[in-house]
Amino acid sequence: MKTRVPSLILGRLFIALITLTIVSFAVFFATTLLPGDTATILLGQSATPEAIAGLRTAMHLDEPALLRFLYWIVGLFQGDLGTSYANHVPVATLIGGRLLNTLKLAGLTTLVSVPLALTLGITAAMWRRTLYDRIVTIATIGIISVPEFVIATSAVLVFAVYLKWLPALSFTYDVNSFSGLLRAYAMPVITLTFGVSAQMIRMTRAAVIETLNTPYVEMALLKGASRPRLVLRHALPNALSPIANAVALSLSYLVGGVIIVETIFNYPGIAKLMVDAVSTRDLPLIQSCAMIFCVGYLLLITTADIVAILSNPRLR
Amino acid sequence: MKTPSATGTLAAWSGYRINLVGLVSFCVVLFWALMALLAPYITPHSVGAMIDMDYFGPMRPGLWLGSDYLGRDMLSRVIFGARYTVGISLAAVSIACFTGVVLGMTSAVLGGTVDMVVSRLLDAMNSIPSKLFGLMVVAAVGSSIPVLILTMSVIYIPGSYRFSRALAVNIDTMDFIMVARIRGERLPYLIGSEILPNIIGPVLADLGLRFVFIVLLLSGLSFLGLGVQPPYADWGALVRENIGGLPFAAPAVIVPSLAIASLTISVNLLIDNLPQKIRDRSAP
Repeated sequence: MKTRVPSLILGRLFIALITLTIVSFAVFFATTLLPGDTATILLGQSATPEAIAGLRTAMHLDEPALLRFLYWIVGLFQGDLGTSYANHVPVATLIGGRLLNTLKLAGLTTLVSVPLALTLGITAAMWRRTLYDRIVTIATIGIISVPEFVIATSAVLVFAVYLKWLPALSFTYDVNSFSGLLRAYAMPVITLTFGVSAQMIRMTRAAVIETLNTPYVEMALLKGASRPRLVLRHALPNALSPIANAVALSLSYLVGGVIIVETIFNYPGIAKLMVDAVSTRDLPLIQSCAMIFCVGYLLLITTADIVAILSNPRLR
Repeated sequence: MKTPSATGTLAAWSGYRINLVGLVSFCVVLFWALMALLAPYITPHSVGAMIDMDYFGPMRPGLWLGSDYLGRDMLSRVIFGARYTVGISLAAVSIACFTGVVLGMTSAVLGGTVDMVVSRLLDAMNSIPSKLFGLMVVAAVGSSIPVLILTMSVIYIPGSYRFSRALAVNIDTMDFIMVARIRGERLPYLIGSEILPNIIGPVLADLGLRFVFIVLLLSGLSFLGLGVQPPYADWGALVRENIGGLPFAAPAVIVPSLAIASLTISVNLLIDNLPQKIRDRSAP
Protein backbone atom coordinates (compact mmCIF):
# COMPACT_ATOMS: atom_id res chain seq x y z
CA MET A 1 0.00 0.00 0.00
CA LYS A 2 1.47 3.29 -1.04
CA THR A 3 1.67 6.04 1.52
CA ARG A 4 -0.18 9.28 0.85
CA VAL A 5 1.44 11.23 3.64
CA PRO A 6 4.25 13.02 1.73
CA SER A 7 1.92 14.25 -1.02
CA LEU A 8 -0.66 15.42 1.51
CA ILE A 9 1.97 17.36 3.46
CA LEU A 10 3.43 18.87 0.30
CA GLY A 11 -0.05 19.93 -0.74
CA ARG A 12 -0.64 21.55 2.63
CA LEU A 13 2.69 23.40 2.45
CA PHE A 14 1.84 24.59 -1.05
CA ILE A 15 -1.49 25.98 0.18
CA ALA A 16 0.35 27.70 3.04
CA LEU A 17 2.71 29.31 0.51
CA ILE A 18 -0.18 30.60 -1.62
CA THR A 19 -1.92 31.87 1.49
CA LEU A 20 1.24 33.65 2.58
CA THR A 21 1.47 35.38 -0.80
CA ILE A 22 -2.13 36.57 -0.58
CA VAL A 23 -1.65 37.64 3.02
CA SER A 24 1.49 39.67 2.29
CA PHE A 25 -0.38 41.27 -0.59
CA ALA A 26 -3.21 42.18 1.78
CA VAL A 27 -0.81 43.51 4.43
CA PHE A 28 1.00 45.66 1.89
CA PHE A 29 -2.10 47.16 0.35
CA ALA A 30 -3.97 47.68 3.60
CA THR A 31 -1.11 49.80 4.85
CA THR A 32 -0.45 51.69 1.63
CA LEU A 33 -4.11 52.67 1.38
CA LEU A 34 -3.26 55.43 3.80
CA PRO A 35 -4.59 58.73 2.54
CA GLY A 36 -1.86 61.32 2.17
CA ASP A 37 1.49 61.11 0.50
CA THR A 38 4.29 59.30 2.33
CA ALA A 39 6.95 61.70 1.05
CA THR A 40 5.00 64.73 2.32
CA ILE A 41 4.47 63.05 5.69
CA LEU A 42 8.18 62.30 5.98
CA LEU A 43 9.48 65.72 4.99
CA GLY A 44 6.78 67.74 6.70
CA GLN A 45 4.60 70.55 5.40
CA SER A 46 7.47 72.97 4.78
CA ALA A 47 9.35 70.81 2.26
CA THR A 48 9.94 72.17 -1.23
CA PRO A 49 8.16 70.45 -4.14
CA GLU A 50 11.58 69.46 -5.56
CA ALA A 51 12.59 67.73 -2.34
CA ILE A 52 9.29 65.84 -2.26
CA ALA A 53 9.66 64.83 -5.92
CA GLY A 54 13.22 63.67 -5.22
CA LEU A 55 12.19 61.56 -2.26
CA ARG A 56 9.29 60.10 -4.20
CA THR A 57 11.70 58.87 -6.89
CA ALA A 58 14.17 57.59 -4.31
CA MET A 59 11.44 55.65 -2.52
CA HIS A 60 9.90 54.36 -5.80
CA LEU A 61 6.65 56.05 -4.77
CA ASP A 62 5.80 57.11 -8.32
CA GLU A 63 5.99 53.58 -9.65
CA PRO A 64 2.95 51.29 -9.88
CA ALA A 65 1.80 49.65 -6.67
CA LEU A 66 2.48 46.15 -7.96
CA LEU A 67 6.13 47.01 -8.63
CA ARG A 68 6.48 48.55 -5.17
CA PHE A 69 5.00 45.39 -3.71
CA LEU A 70 7.69 43.35 -5.50
CA TYR A 71 10.44 45.66 -4.22
CA TRP A 72 9.08 45.23 -0.72
CA ILE A 73 8.93 41.42 -0.95
CA VAL A 74 12.45 41.20 -2.40
CA GLY A 75 13.64 43.47 0.41
CA LEU A 76 12.01 41.21 2.98
CA PHE A 77 13.82 38.19 1.59
CA GLN A 78 17.15 40.03 1.75
CA GLY A 79 16.47 40.90 5.37
CA ASP A 80 15.89 44.56 4.54
CA LEU A 81 12.76 45.50 6.44
CA GLY A 82 12.97 49.20 5.64
CA THR A 83 13.54 52.17 7.92
CA SER A 84 11.18 53.36 10.61
CA TYR A 85 9.46 56.68 9.81
CA ALA A 86 9.30 57.71 13.44
CA ASN A 87 12.94 57.53 14.48
CA HIS A 88 14.87 56.64 11.28
CA VAL A 89 16.28 53.43 12.70
CA PRO A 90 16.30 50.28 10.56
CA VAL A 91 13.19 48.26 11.39
CA ALA A 92 15.27 45.11 11.80
CA THR A 93 17.17 46.63 14.74
CA LEU A 94 13.93 47.74 16.39
CA ILE A 95 12.40 44.31 16.05
CA GLY A 96 15.38 42.09 16.94
CA GLY A 97 15.37 42.02 20.75
CA ARG A 98 11.63 42.62 20.98
CA LEU A 99 10.87 39.49 18.98
CA LEU A 100 12.99 37.45 21.37
CA ASN A 101 11.05 38.86 24.33
CA THR A 102 7.72 37.93 22.76
CA LEU A 103 8.98 34.45 21.91
CA LYS A 104 10.07 34.01 25.53
CA LEU A 105 6.61 34.98 26.72
CA ALA A 106 4.96 32.65 24.22
CA GLY A 107 7.33 29.80 25.08
CA LEU A 108 6.72 30.12 28.81
CA THR A 109 2.97 30.21 28.26
CA THR A 110 3.16 27.07 26.14
CA LEU A 111 5.22 25.28 28.79
CA VAL A 112 2.65 26.08 31.46
CA SER A 113 -0.58 25.76 29.53
CA VAL A 114 -0.12 22.56 27.49
CA PRO A 115 0.34 20.15 30.43
CA LEU A 116 -2.32 21.97 32.44
CA ALA A 117 -4.88 21.99 29.64
CA LEU A 118 -4.29 18.38 28.61
CA THR A 119 -4.66 17.15 32.18
CA LEU A 120 -7.85 19.12 32.75
CA GLY A 121 -9.31 18.26 29.35
CA ILE A 122 -8.64 14.54 29.58
CA THR A 123 -9.78 14.22 33.19
CA ALA A 124 -12.93 16.20 32.44
CA ALA A 125 -13.71 13.77 29.63
CA MET A 126 -12.86 10.83 31.89
CA TRP A 127 -15.35 11.92 34.56
CA ARG A 128 -17.90 13.23 32.13
CA ARG A 129 -21.19 14.57 33.56
CA THR A 130 -19.78 14.79 37.08
CA LEU A 131 -19.63 18.00 39.11
CA TYR A 132 -15.91 18.30 38.26
CA ASP A 133 -16.65 18.17 34.54
CA ARG A 134 -19.41 20.77 34.85
CA ILE A 135 -17.14 23.16 36.72
CA VAL A 136 -14.37 22.79 34.13
CA THR A 137 -16.83 23.24 31.27
CA ILE A 138 -18.50 26.31 32.73
CA ALA A 139 -15.15 27.89 33.61
CA THR A 140 -13.83 27.38 30.08
CA ILE A 141 -16.99 28.81 28.49
CA GLY A 142 -16.68 31.80 30.81
CA ILE A 143 -13.04 32.40 29.91
CA ILE A 144 -13.55 31.95 26.18
CA SER A 145 -16.46 34.41 26.15
CA VAL A 146 -14.50 37.19 27.79
CA PRO A 147 -11.98 39.55 26.15
CA GLU A 148 -8.31 39.09 27.12
CA PHE A 149 -8.14 42.39 28.92
CA VAL A 150 -10.94 41.37 31.27
CA ILE A 151 -8.95 38.24 32.16
CA ALA A 152 -5.90 40.44 32.66
CA THR A 153 -7.69 42.97 34.85
CA SER A 154 -9.28 40.17 36.91
CA ALA A 155 -5.85 38.57 37.36
CA VAL A 156 -4.47 41.91 38.53
CA LEU A 157 -7.40 42.35 40.93
CA VAL A 158 -6.96 38.92 42.44
CA PHE A 159 -3.17 38.53 42.55
CA ALA A 160 -2.01 42.12 42.95
CA VAL A 161 -4.82 44.05 44.60
CA TYR A 162 -6.40 41.52 46.97
CA LEU A 163 -3.60 39.01 47.55
CA LYS A 164 -0.73 41.49 46.96
CA TRP A 165 1.55 38.74 45.64
CA LEU A 166 2.65 40.45 42.46
CA PRO A 167 3.24 43.93 41.06
CA ALA A 168 0.13 45.34 39.37
CA LEU A 169 0.81 46.94 36.01
CA SER A 170 4.54 47.49 35.91
CA PHE A 171 7.04 45.40 34.07
CA THR A 172 10.17 45.30 36.19
CA TYR A 173 13.40 44.81 34.33
CA ASP A 174 15.07 43.05 37.22
CA VAL A 175 15.14 39.62 35.64
CA ASN A 176 18.51 38.55 37.06
CA SER A 177 17.21 36.81 40.14
CA PHE A 178 14.78 33.93 39.88
CA SER A 179 12.15 35.62 42.02
CA GLY A 180 12.44 38.80 39.93
CA LEU A 181 11.96 36.79 36.76
CA LEU A 182 8.98 35.02 38.26
CA ARG A 183 7.34 38.26 39.30
CA ALA A 184 7.95 39.93 35.96
CA TYR A 185 6.56 37.10 33.87
CA ALA A 186 3.89 35.79 36.23
CA MET A 187 1.05 38.13 35.35
CA PRO A 188 1.39 38.08 31.53
CA VAL A 189 1.89 34.32 31.55
CA ILE A 190 -1.09 33.75 33.86
CA THR A 191 -3.35 35.83 31.63
CA LEU A 192 -2.23 34.14 28.42
CA THR A 193 -2.39 30.70 30.02
CA PHE A 194 -6.05 31.21 30.94
CA GLY A 195 -7.03 32.04 27.36
CA VAL A 196 -4.91 29.38 25.66
CA SER A 197 -5.83 26.62 28.11
CA ALA A 198 -9.55 27.31 27.93
CA GLN A 199 -9.53 26.70 24.18
CA MET A 200 -7.30 23.66 24.53
CA ILE A 201 -9.37 22.10 27.33
CA ARG A 202 -12.57 22.41 25.31
CA MET A 203 -11.09 20.84 22.20
CA THR A 204 -9.27 18.09 24.11
CA ARG A 205 -12.39 17.20 26.07
CA ALA A 206 -14.46 17.07 22.87
CA ALA A 207 -11.87 14.90 21.11
CA VAL A 208 -11.64 12.38 23.94
CA ILE A 209 -15.42 12.23 24.35
CA GLU A 210 -15.82 11.59 20.65
CA THR A 211 -13.54 8.56 20.81
CA LEU A 212 -15.31 7.42 23.98
CA ASN A 213 -18.49 7.16 21.94
CA THR A 214 -17.03 4.65 19.48
CA PRO A 215 -18.06 0.96 19.51
CA TYR A 216 -14.61 -0.38 20.44
CA VAL A 217 -14.61 1.69 23.63
CA GLU A 218 -18.04 0.32 24.43
CA MET A 219 -16.57 -3.13 23.89
CA ALA A 220 -13.78 -2.35 26.36
CA LEU A 221 -16.36 -1.09 28.83
CA LEU A 222 -18.34 -4.31 28.47
CA LYS A 223 -15.30 -6.47 29.09
CA GLY A 224 -14.96 -4.63 32.41
CA ALA A 225 -12.13 -2.13 31.92
CA SER A 226 -11.95 0.58 34.56
CA ARG A 227 -12.74 4.17 33.69
CA PRO A 228 -9.12 5.47 33.70
CA ARG A 229 -7.95 2.42 31.78
CA LEU A 230 -10.76 2.93 29.29
CA VAL A 231 -9.71 6.49 28.65
CA LEU A 232 -5.93 6.21 28.87
CA ARG A 233 -5.38 2.84 27.13
CA HIS A 234 -8.27 2.62 24.68
CA ALA A 235 -9.54 6.08 23.82
CA LEU A 236 -6.50 8.34 24.17
CA PRO A 237 -4.24 6.81 21.49
CA ASN A 238 -6.94 7.42 18.90
CA ALA A 239 -7.69 10.90 20.18
CA LEU A 240 -4.03 11.96 19.92
CA SER A 241 -4.36 13.36 16.44
CA PRO A 242 -7.27 15.73 17.20
CA ILE A 243 -5.58 16.67 20.48
CA ALA A 244 -2.29 17.59 18.78
CA ASN A 245 -4.35 19.57 16.31
CA ALA A 246 -6.12 21.31 19.19
CA VAL A 247 -2.81 22.21 20.84
CA ALA A 248 -1.45 23.90 17.73
CA LEU A 249 -4.74 25.67 17.02
CA SER A 250 -5.07 26.96 20.58
CA LEU A 251 -1.53 28.27 20.50
CA SER A 252 -2.54 30.48 17.58
CA TYR A 253 -4.68 32.28 20.15
CA LEU A 254 -1.37 33.60 21.48
CA VAL A 255 -1.05 35.83 18.43
CA GLY A 256 -4.13 37.85 19.39
CA GLY A 257 -3.51 37.43 23.10
CA VAL A 258 -0.01 38.92 23.23
CA ILE A 259 -1.23 42.11 21.55
CA ILE A 260 -3.48 42.87 24.54
CA VAL A 261 -1.27 41.36 27.21
CA GLU A 262 1.91 43.16 26.16
CA THR A 263 0.04 46.46 26.06
CA ILE A 264 -1.64 46.08 29.42
CA PHE A 265 1.49 44.90 31.26
CA ASN A 266 3.84 47.18 29.36
CA TYR A 267 5.88 44.20 28.25
CA PRO A 268 8.65 45.15 25.79
CA GLY A 269 7.68 42.72 23.06
CA ILE A 270 6.89 42.96 19.39
CA ALA A 271 3.14 43.39 19.86
CA LYS A 272 3.65 46.45 22.06
CA LEU A 273 6.01 47.76 19.39
CA MET A 274 3.30 47.30 16.78
CA VAL A 275 0.54 48.95 18.82
CA ASP A 276 2.84 51.92 19.38
CA ALA A 277 3.67 51.97 15.66
CA VAL A 278 -0.05 52.10 14.89
CA SER A 279 -0.52 55.19 17.03
CA THR A 280 2.43 56.93 15.32
CA ARG A 281 1.40 55.51 11.90
CA ASP A 282 4.87 54.15 11.31
CA LEU A 283 4.08 52.09 8.21
CA PRO A 284 7.30 50.12 7.59
CA LEU A 285 7.30 49.02 11.21
CA ILE A 286 3.61 48.03 11.08
CA GLN A 287 4.14 46.06 7.87
CA SER A 288 7.07 44.11 9.27
CA CYS A 289 5.38 43.36 12.59
CA ALA A 290 2.18 42.34 10.80
CA MET A 291 4.15 39.98 8.54
CA ILE A 292 5.86 38.40 11.55
CA PHE A 293 2.52 37.82 13.22
CA CYS A 294 0.93 36.44 10.07
CA VAL A 295 3.84 34.08 9.46
CA GLY A 296 3.68 32.88 13.06
CA TYR A 297 -0.06 32.33 12.84
CA LEU A 298 0.18 30.53 9.51
CA LEU A 299 3.02 28.39 10.85
CA LEU A 300 0.87 27.25 13.79
CA ILE A 301 -2.21 26.54 11.67
CA THR A 302 -0.16 24.63 9.11
CA THR A 303 1.59 22.68 11.87
CA ALA A 304 -1.84 21.79 13.25
CA ASP A 305 -2.89 20.38 9.88
CA ILE A 306 0.37 18.53 9.29
CA VAL A 307 0.31 17.00 12.78
CA ALA A 308 -3.23 15.85 12.10
CA ILE A 309 -2.08 14.21 8.85
CA LEU A 310 1.01 12.61 10.44
CA SER A 311 -0.81 11.20 13.44
CA ASN A 312 -3.68 9.73 11.48
CA PRO A 313 -2.80 6.05 11.07
CA ARG A 314 -5.41 5.59 8.34
CA LEU A 315 -3.30 7.71 6.00
CA ARG A 316 -0.14 5.73 6.55
CA MET B 1 -41.85 35.27 30.30
CA LYS B 2 -40.28 35.63 33.70
CA THR B 3 -42.71 33.57 35.73
CA PRO B 4 -42.78 29.78 35.53
CA SER B 5 -46.39 29.70 34.37
CA ALA B 6 -45.53 32.08 31.53
CA THR B 7 -42.67 29.82 30.44
CA GLY B 8 -45.09 26.96 30.50
CA THR B 9 -47.43 28.68 28.14
CA LEU B 10 -44.56 29.89 26.00
CA ALA B 11 -43.21 26.38 25.75
CA ALA B 12 -46.64 25.07 24.90
CA TRP B 13 -47.23 27.80 22.41
CA SER B 14 -43.94 27.46 20.58
CA GLY B 15 -43.58 23.72 20.94
CA TYR B 16 -39.98 24.14 22.14
CA ARG B 17 -38.54 22.89 25.38
CA ILE B 18 -36.95 25.76 27.23
CA ASN B 19 -34.42 25.34 30.01
CA LEU B 20 -33.53 27.65 32.85
CA VAL B 21 -29.99 28.60 31.77
CA GLY B 22 -31.24 29.48 28.31
CA LEU B 23 -34.05 31.57 29.77
CA VAL B 24 -31.80 33.47 32.18
CA SER B 25 -29.24 34.22 29.49
CA PHE B 26 -32.05 35.30 27.17
CA CYS B 27 -33.21 37.75 29.84
CA VAL B 28 -29.69 39.19 30.21
CA VAL B 29 -29.38 39.67 26.45
CA LEU B 30 -32.84 41.26 26.34
CA PHE B 31 -31.88 43.53 29.24
CA TRP B 32 -28.80 44.88 27.43
CA ALA B 33 -30.77 45.26 24.20
CA LEU B 34 -33.34 47.38 26.06
CA MET B 35 -30.58 49.41 27.75
CA ALA B 36 -29.03 50.11 24.36
CA LEU B 37 -32.38 51.08 22.84
CA LEU B 38 -33.63 53.25 25.70
CA ALA B 39 -30.28 54.75 26.76
CA PRO B 40 -31.19 58.45 26.32
CA TYR B 41 -34.40 58.08 28.35
CA ILE B 42 -33.11 56.16 31.34
CA THR B 43 -29.68 57.58 32.13
CA PRO B 44 -29.93 59.41 35.47
CA HIS B 45 -27.21 61.93 34.59
CA SER B 46 -25.73 63.38 31.43
CA VAL B 47 -22.90 61.19 30.09
CA GLY B 48 -20.37 64.01 30.05
CA ALA B 49 -21.33 65.84 33.25
CA MET B 50 -18.79 65.77 36.05
CA ILE B 51 -20.99 65.45 39.08
CA ASP B 52 -18.76 63.88 41.67
CA MET B 53 -16.11 65.90 43.49
CA ASP B 54 -14.09 62.77 43.92
CA TYR B 55 -12.70 60.59 41.15
CA PHE B 56 -13.11 56.79 41.17
CA GLY B 57 -15.85 57.26 43.75
CA PRO B 58 -17.41 54.18 45.37
CA MET B 59 -20.95 52.95 44.80
CA ARG B 60 -23.47 54.95 46.84
CA PRO B 61 -27.09 56.15 46.55
CA GLY B 62 -27.40 58.58 43.68
CA LEU B 63 -24.19 57.30 42.09
CA TRP B 64 -25.18 53.66 41.97
CA LEU B 65 -22.10 52.45 40.15
CA GLY B 66 -19.66 55.03 41.45
CA SER B 67 -17.88 57.66 39.41
CA ASP B 68 -15.13 57.47 36.81
CA TYR B 69 -11.68 59.08 36.58
CA LEU B 70 -13.21 62.51 35.96
CA GLY B 71 -16.04 62.13 38.47
CA ARG B 72 -18.69 61.29 35.89
CA ASP B 73 -21.61 58.98 36.67
CA MET B 74 -20.60 55.41 35.80
CA LEU B 75 -24.18 54.11 35.56
CA SER B 76 -25.03 56.54 32.77
CA ARG B 77 -21.76 55.85 31.00
CA VAL B 78 -22.23 52.09 31.12
CA ILE B 79 -25.81 52.40 29.81
CA PHE B 80 -24.62 54.56 26.95
CA GLY B 81 -21.67 52.24 26.41
CA ALA B 82 -24.19 49.46 25.75
CA ARG B 83 -25.41 51.49 22.81
CA TYR B 84 -22.00 51.54 21.14
CA THR B 85 -20.96 48.01 22.01
CA VAL B 86 -24.26 46.38 21.06
CA GLY B 87 -25.07 48.71 18.16
CA ILE B 88 -21.71 48.58 16.38
CA SER B 89 -21.39 44.83 16.88
CA LEU B 90 -24.91 44.19 15.66
CA ALA B 91 -24.36 46.28 12.53
CA ALA B 92 -21.04 44.55 11.83
CA VAL B 93 -22.39 41.05 12.40
CA SER B 94 -25.39 41.70 10.15
CA ILE B 95 -23.19 42.83 7.27
CA ALA B 96 -20.70 40.01 7.83
CA CYS B 97 -23.29 37.26 8.00
CA PHE B 98 -25.42 38.57 5.16
CA THR B 99 -22.42 38.78 2.81
CA GLY B 100 -20.90 35.54 4.05
CA VAL B 101 -24.11 33.55 3.78
CA VAL B 102 -25.03 34.88 0.32
CA LEU B 103 -21.50 34.18 -0.95
CA GLY B 104 -21.46 30.78 0.70
CA MET B 105 -24.77 29.67 -0.80
CA THR B 106 -23.77 31.05 -4.21
CA SER B 107 -20.47 29.14 -4.12
CA ALA B 108 -22.23 25.96 -3.12
CA VAL B 109 -24.80 26.27 -5.91
CA LEU B 110 -22.39 27.33 -8.64
CA GLY B 111 -19.48 25.09 -7.63
CA GLY B 112 -16.45 24.70 -9.91
CA THR B 113 -14.02 27.55 -10.44
CA VAL B 114 -16.08 30.23 -8.70
CA ASP B 115 -16.29 28.08 -5.61
CA MET B 116 -12.57 27.32 -5.63
CA VAL B 117 -11.39 30.88 -6.16
CA VAL B 118 -13.73 32.42 -3.58
CA SER B 119 -12.95 29.70 -1.04
CA ARG B 120 -9.18 30.05 -1.48
CA LEU B 121 -9.30 33.85 -1.22
CA LEU B 122 -11.47 33.88 1.87
CA ASP B 123 -9.39 31.14 3.47
CA ALA B 124 -6.32 33.28 2.98
CA MET B 125 -8.11 36.21 4.61
CA ASN B 126 -8.98 33.92 7.48
CA SER B 127 -5.29 33.35 8.13
CA ILE B 128 -4.76 36.96 9.11
CA PRO B 129 -5.33 37.13 12.87
CA SER B 130 -8.42 39.26 13.49
CA LYS B 131 -6.87 41.69 15.94
CA LEU B 132 -3.92 42.27 13.64
CA PHE B 133 -6.21 42.97 10.69
CA GLY B 134 -8.09 45.49 12.82
CA LEU B 135 -4.85 47.17 13.85
CA MET B 136 -3.66 47.48 10.26
CA VAL B 137 -6.89 49.02 9.01
CA VAL B 138 -6.98 51.45 11.92
CA ALA B 139 -3.38 52.39 11.14
CA ALA B 140 -4.25 53.00 7.51
CA VAL B 141 -7.63 54.74 7.61
CA GLY B 142 -8.25 55.73 11.22
CA SER B 143 -11.03 54.49 13.45
CA SER B 144 -14.33 56.21 12.84
CA ILE B 145 -17.42 54.18 13.70
CA PRO B 146 -18.34 53.34 10.06
CA VAL B 147 -14.77 52.16 9.44
CA LEU B 148 -14.91 49.99 12.55
CA ILE B 149 -18.20 48.41 11.44
CA LEU B 150 -16.91 47.69 7.94
CA THR B 151 -13.55 46.37 9.13
CA MET B 152 -15.09 43.98 11.60
CA SER B 153 -17.61 42.73 9.08
CA VAL B 154 -14.84 42.10 6.54
CA ILE B 155 -12.89 40.19 9.20
CA TYR B 156 -15.80 37.87 9.95
CA ILE B 157 -17.07 37.28 6.41
CA PRO B 158 -14.72 34.29 5.79
CA GLY B 159 -15.92 32.40 8.86
CA SER B 160 -19.56 32.93 8.03
CA TYR B 161 -18.86 31.97 4.41
CA ARG B 162 -17.18 28.73 5.37
CA PHE B 163 -19.96 27.77 7.75
CA SER B 164 -22.87 28.50 5.43
CA ARG B 165 -21.12 26.98 2.43
CA ALA B 166 -20.63 23.71 4.31
CA LEU B 167 -24.34 23.65 5.16
CA ALA B 168 -25.44 24.68 1.69
CA VAL B 169 -23.31 22.01 0.00
CA ASN B 170 -25.26 19.36 1.91
CA ILE B 171 -28.60 20.83 0.87
CA ASP B 172 -27.39 21.24 -2.69
CA THR B 173 -27.25 17.46 -3.18
CA MET B 174 -30.94 17.03 -2.34
CA ASP B 175 -33.52 16.05 -4.90
CA PHE B 176 -35.66 19.17 -4.58
CA ILE B 177 -32.71 21.32 -5.66
CA MET B 178 -32.30 19.09 -8.69
CA VAL B 179 -36.00 19.51 -9.46
CA ALA B 180 -35.71 23.28 -9.12
CA ARG B 181 -32.70 23.28 -11.43
CA ILE B 182 -34.57 21.25 -14.02
CA ARG B 183 -37.48 23.67 -13.76
CA GLY B 184 -34.96 26.29 -14.86
CA GLU B 185 -34.91 28.34 -11.67
CA ARG B 186 -32.22 30.96 -11.45
CA LEU B 187 -29.58 31.53 -8.80
CA PRO B 188 -31.47 34.09 -6.64
CA TYR B 189 -34.47 31.77 -6.37
CA LEU B 190 -32.30 28.73 -5.67
CA ILE B 191 -30.40 30.33 -2.82
CA GLY B 192 -33.25 32.45 -1.44
CA SER B 193 -36.18 30.08 -1.60
CA GLU B 194 -34.70 26.60 -1.73
CA ILE B 195 -31.48 26.64 0.30
CA LEU B 196 -31.84 29.46 2.82
CA PRO B 197 -35.03 28.20 4.52
CA ASN B 198 -33.28 24.89 5.13
CA ILE B 199 -30.18 26.31 6.79
CA ILE B 200 -31.64 29.34 8.57
CA GLY B 201 -31.57 27.78 12.08
CA PRO B 202 -27.85 26.98 12.25
CA VAL B 203 -27.06 30.19 10.35
CA LEU B 204 -28.79 32.24 13.05
CA ALA B 205 -26.95 30.34 15.80
CA ASP B 206 -23.71 31.05 13.96
CA LEU B 207 -24.68 34.71 13.75
CA GLY B 208 -24.97 34.76 17.55
CA LEU B 209 -21.50 33.26 17.99
CA ARG B 210 -20.00 35.69 15.53
CA PHE B 211 -21.70 38.52 17.42
CA VAL B 212 -19.74 37.45 20.49
CA PHE B 213 -16.46 37.41 18.51
CA ILE B 214 -17.18 40.90 17.23
CA VAL B 215 -18.01 42.23 20.71
CA LEU B 216 -14.71 40.77 21.91
CA LEU B 217 -12.74 42.27 19.01
CA LEU B 218 -14.39 45.67 19.33
CA SER B 219 -13.78 45.81 23.07
CA GLY B 220 -10.20 44.69 22.51
CA LEU B 221 -9.55 47.42 19.93
CA SER B 222 -11.23 50.05 22.09
CA PHE B 223 -9.21 48.89 25.04
CA LEU B 224 -6.03 49.46 23.02
CA GLY B 225 -7.32 52.96 22.29
CA LEU B 226 -7.79 52.13 18.60
CA GLY B 227 -11.52 51.44 18.55
CA VAL B 228 -14.35 53.79 19.49
CA GLN B 229 -12.86 57.24 20.08
CA PRO B 230 -13.81 59.90 22.63
CA PRO B 231 -16.26 61.57 23.19
CA TYR B 232 -18.02 58.28 22.48
CA ALA B 233 -17.14 55.34 24.68
CA ASP B 234 -18.07 51.69 24.41
CA TRP B 235 -17.40 49.25 27.24
CA GLY B 236 -13.85 48.52 26.08
CA ALA B 237 -13.07 52.23 26.03
CA LEU B 238 -14.61 52.62 29.50
CA VAL B 239 -12.25 49.97 30.87
CA ARG B 240 -9.33 51.70 29.16
CA GLU B 241 -10.03 55.17 30.48
CA ASN B 242 -10.57 53.92 34.02
CA ILE B 243 -7.67 51.46 34.13
CA GLY B 244 -5.99 53.81 36.61
CA GLY B 245 -8.59 52.75 39.17
CA LEU B 246 -7.51 49.12 39.00
CA PRO B 247 -5.00 49.24 41.90
CA PHE B 248 -7.82 50.29 44.27
CA ALA B 249 -10.46 48.06 42.63
CA ALA B 250 -12.67 51.01 41.64
CA PRO B 251 -16.13 50.06 40.37
CA ALA B 252 -15.40 52.26 37.34
CA VAL B 253 -13.07 49.61 35.91
CA ILE B 254 -14.87 46.52 37.22
CA VAL B 255 -18.41 47.39 36.10
CA PRO B 256 -17.74 47.76 32.34
CA SER B 257 -15.68 44.54 32.44
CA LEU B 258 -18.61 42.78 34.06
CA ALA B 259 -20.98 44.26 31.49
CA ILE B 260 -18.94 42.82 28.61
CA ALA B 261 -18.64 39.46 30.34
CA SER B 262 -22.36 39.28 31.13
CA LEU B 263 -23.32 40.02 27.53
CA THR B 264 -20.88 37.64 25.83
CA ILE B 265 -21.32 34.78 28.29
CA SER B 266 -25.11 35.11 28.04
CA VAL B 267 -25.11 35.03 24.25
CA ASN B 268 -22.85 31.96 24.32
CA LEU B 269 -25.01 30.17 26.89
CA LEU B 270 -28.19 31.17 25.07
CA ILE B 271 -26.91 29.57 21.88
CA ASP B 272 -25.67 26.50 23.74
CA ASN B 273 -29.11 26.09 25.27
CA LEU B 274 -31.21 26.88 22.22
CA PRO B 275 -33.85 24.24 21.61
CA GLN B 276 -32.32 21.44 19.53
CA LYS B 277 -35.03 22.00 16.95
CA ILE B 278 -33.63 25.40 16.01
CA ARG B 279 -29.96 24.68 16.46
CA ASP B 280 -29.48 21.38 14.73
CA ARG B 281 -31.97 21.63 11.96
CA SER B 282 -30.14 20.19 8.98
CA ALA B 283 -26.76 20.74 10.62
CA PRO B 284 -24.15 18.46 9.09
